[in-house]
Formats: sequence, structure tokens, C-alpha cells
Amino acid sequence: MITVENLTKSFQGVSALNGVTLDVEAGTVLGVVGPSGAGKSTLARCVALLERPDSGAIRVDGTDITALDGSALRAARRQIGVVPQGDSLLRQRTAAGNIALPLESAGVPGPQRRSRVGELLDLVGLTDKAAAYPDQLSGGQRQRIAVARALAANPSVLLADEPTSALDPETTGSVLTVLDRARAELGVTVLVVTHDMGVVRKICDDVAVLEQGRVVEHGKVLDLVGEAGSRTSSALLPAVDLNPINESSYDRVADVVLVGFAAVGALLPEASHRFGVELNIVGGGLTRLGETPVARFRLGLNGERSDSALEWIGEAGGAVQRSLKGPQGVAA
Amino acid sequence: MRSATPWPDVVGYLVEATGETLYMVGVSTVIATAFGVPLGVWLQLTAKGGLRPNPAAHRVLGFITDLGRSMPFIVLLVALTSVTRLIVGGSIGSTAVIVPLAVGAIPFVGRLVQNILSEVHVTVVEAAVTTGASTLRIVRSVLIRESLPALINAIGVTVIALIGYSAMAGVIGGGGLGDLAIREGYQRFNDRILWSTVAWLAVLTTLIQLGFTRAARASDRRRHASV
Repeated sequence: MITVENLTKSFQGVSALNGVTLDVEAGTVLGVVGPSGAGKSTLARCVALLERPDSGAIRVDGTDITALDGSALRAARRQIGVVPQGDSLLRQRTAAGNIALPLESAGVPGPQRRSRVGELLDLVGLTDKAAAYPDQLSGGQRQRIAVARALAANPSVLLADEPTSALDPETTGSVLTVLDRARAELGVTVLVVTHDMGVVRKICDDVAVLEQGRVVEHGKVLDLVGEAGSRTSSALLPAVDLNPINESSYDRVADVVLVGFAAVGALLPEASHRFGVELNIVGGGLTRLGETPVARFRLGLNGERSDSALEWIGEAGGAVQRSLKGPQGVAA
Repeated sequence: MRSATPWPDVVGYLVEATGETLYMVGVSTVIATAFGVPLGVWLQLTAKGGLRPNPAAHRVLGFITDLGRSMPFIVLLVALTSVTRLIVGGSIGSTAVIVPLAVGAIPFVGRLVQNILSEVHVTVVEAAVTTGASTLRIVRSVLIRESLPALINAIGVTVIALIGYSAMAGVIGGGGLGDLAIREGYQRFNDRILWSTVAWLAVLTTLIQLGFTRAARASDRRRHASV
């Protein structure tokens, strides 16, 4: 696992990181998102040990790695596999040769190196491209080779800096799949720095939102989407107010977020049945975060026990975000 | 006006002078490469944004390098006489020319190499840094290997430049093709020798250039591997 504690960094008096604190549990994927200039790249470069923070600590499995030098620094770098932003492969080496680079640095002998490279090519699904040079690969394939290279020396942490920024949606999917497999099959802790909320939607367990060098939101994606007004929910959930509705035709109007198959499928009909209320979905929709279906609906309710129905939905695991009409703050 | 030198004699002159030129240029290229490449690597490593930035050291060595490059070769040739005597035990002849040729070429190669190495994209270098590679390994496997085709071409450029410089070798009795053209051809009004030497120099430099271009291409993996 990796923890970032109170990291600060400034360049010529301009502060880029302003006390960033994060933690990523072992075997999970954290997405660090935020607008340009929020400090994402600086954070990534600090974690990649390419930039030394002014203060604070970065701990991998408990050990602070920010103050190391020489061979200890090189050994620490092997603990953190890095997929850099942009094209980073050696153009004079084959795909297999590129993946072997960290193993050469680590002094792994030839035969072991070859078998490890074979495993990694298999992991990223490019076994048939072992002898191809980067110029003969597509952007997505090159990025998958970069992921394989980052994983070669068995790091405990994988850092990907904007791994999909130069790719089209289809190849983005293939790169994200590879990152997800790395976590699932190798148990690597993954930190993805990205401006693309689609990356968070597809593979992240946790998310941290960076703004002006500070973490303004940090937690599990599925928890944060249920929090009214969170940046994560507004970025990831379907919009509820696309169609103007006639509020006067309902006793109550409220937004709810439902997470998981059971909640999305059964909660609303159940509530309607239990409390004898008429329950209409008047806005919003369904989406998927990773493997989990998540819905945000705007509901229009009619019936005497509408408030009770909303309360019950809240207790049963739905997040009733706000009542637009009727008593506010029915349930959290 | 004498009768023209017979062709077999012209060929004889050319063969001998070619041997002298190739000897002087060949040995000095090897020496210039042996010192110039590390100089270029060092300049690049210590440059701003390099792997071991060191502005003061970079400026000092950069200044010396540029001073060396700005020195006219003919000046170097005579100025280094005592150094040459110290190193090769004499100050005339082909071997004595090698010293100033090599000394003149080292800063030339150094700057060429630094320029070439600076073209290796910073992302690629940093990616290697993050793998935990040592600086020496990055220099070898990344900086030099990635720019090998350009480096080979640069050595080719150096050889051609040194052939040009070596024309002045006659000043200290070094011989060679340039000397042949000037002393036997121009100063003795022997047009046949002058023009055959000029033609042969053109052929020779073209062949050398061709050879280096081929070698550079052969070292470039980007072109010719099949998927």
C-alpha cells in the first residue's frame, strides 16, 4: 500500500502541492483527478521519485521513500512501477526489450528475464508483438507495453500518469483493462492520475479530487456518489434535470441514488408497494461504475405516506439526496 | 613546361598519399571519438535538465569545448608542436599530425554528441530513471543506444572534416592527399596531379560518407524489423 502524507512542493515560489494527503489500500485502484494546474502531474512526479517534495512523506508499505539517495533510491524506484505520460518506450528496442529494461537494472539473469518478459507480454495480451519495435505498434499497444514494463520488476505500487490521454475511446478501454488485470492478478496497488472521469468510472475503487494543490474530496467512489453535492457524484452520475417537470403534479419530488443490483432493481417498486404511494421516475438514469450498476433518479411521489416511503428508501440503502418539494433532508 | 607526369606515377602518388591520409584521419578519429563521446555525454548530463545537472561545471567545460572548436586548425597544428613532440617523440611526419587533428576534433565531436543526445526525448529518459537504472546504464542503454544512428553519422561527418583539416598536414611534413594536391599539384603547376587528386578526394569522401550512412541505417532498428 502507499500513503502520501502532507506533501508540499513549490516551484519558484509558486506552490503546486499544498499539503496533499492520500492513501491507497493494497490491491485497490485510486484515481487522482482534478482540473489542469491542480497539481496532478507534480504529485505523480513526486510519487514516481522524479521530483523531491519540499516536505511531507511518501510511504510504500510503511517506509518513507522521499529522502533516499543513490542505490537506496534506485531500489525504491523499483518498488514503484511507473507508466509515464506520453510515449516513453525505447524506439531502438523491441517490445520485449523494453519490458526487460527494469529487470536489467535489477540485475535479473537472462533466462529468468526472458520468462518474466513472456509472462508480462501475456498479461497485456501482446505475446505476438514481442519482437515488434514501438514504431510498429499502435498507441494503445505501446501504452500496454509501457504498463508491462512498469510491472516487470514486481513493484508493489503501479503509478500511471495520464495513461489514456493520447488514446481514442476504444484503445483507452484496452489499456484500462490491463491496469485492472494488474491489480486483480498481481495484487498491485494502483494510482492513476487522470483528467478523465471515464477512467474513474471504469476501474477506480477510490477517488481523490485535487484542486489547487489540495485534496478536496477523497474516498470510495461508491460512497462518494451517494453524497449530495460531491464532485464525484456530479461528474459520474446521470443528470437529473434534463427535462423540466411540473412539480405541482406531485406531492413530493426527490433525488435518490441507488447503488448495486439489488437496490437499483428492487428498492423503488418495494417502496411503492409498502407505502401505497405512486412513484414516478421523472428524470435521471442508470449508469455503471466498474461492475456496479448505479442509478440516480428524480422521483415524483403521490400519496399520503410519500415522506415515509422516502425515509424507508434511505434506510434500505438508497441515498435520498434532496427533497425538492416537501420537507428537506428526509434522510441522508 | 615539363611533360605531364605519366599516369602510373600519378596513381603511385595517389596510393601513397591516400595511405597517409587514411592513417592520420583514421587514428585521430578513433582518438577523437574515444574522448569526444564521453565529453558530449558529460556535457549533456551536466546540462540544465540533464540527469546530473551541474551548471558551473557545465559552463566551464562548455567554454573550453567552444574555445577548442573556434581554434583554426593550422594554428593548432603549429601551436601544439611541443605537446606533439612530448607524445609521439617528434614533431614532423604523419604521426605527428595525428595529435593536433585529434585535439582539434575532440571538442567538435563533443558538441555534436551533446546535441544528438539532447534529442532523446525526456519522457524516454525519465521512464528509464523510474525503472531504477543507474546513470551509467541510462547513458549506455538509452542515450547512446537510442541515438546510435545519429552518432554514427556524426562520426562520418567528423571523418570528412578531418580529411579537410589533414590537407594542412604538409606544413609539418605529414603528407596525405591535400598535401599532394598543394605541393605536387598546385605549387609545381602539375595540373594532372592536382585534378586527379581533387577527383580522387571527391570519390573517397563520397565513399566514406556512403559507408557511414549505410552503417547508421543498419544500426537503426526502427526501419527494418518485420512484425
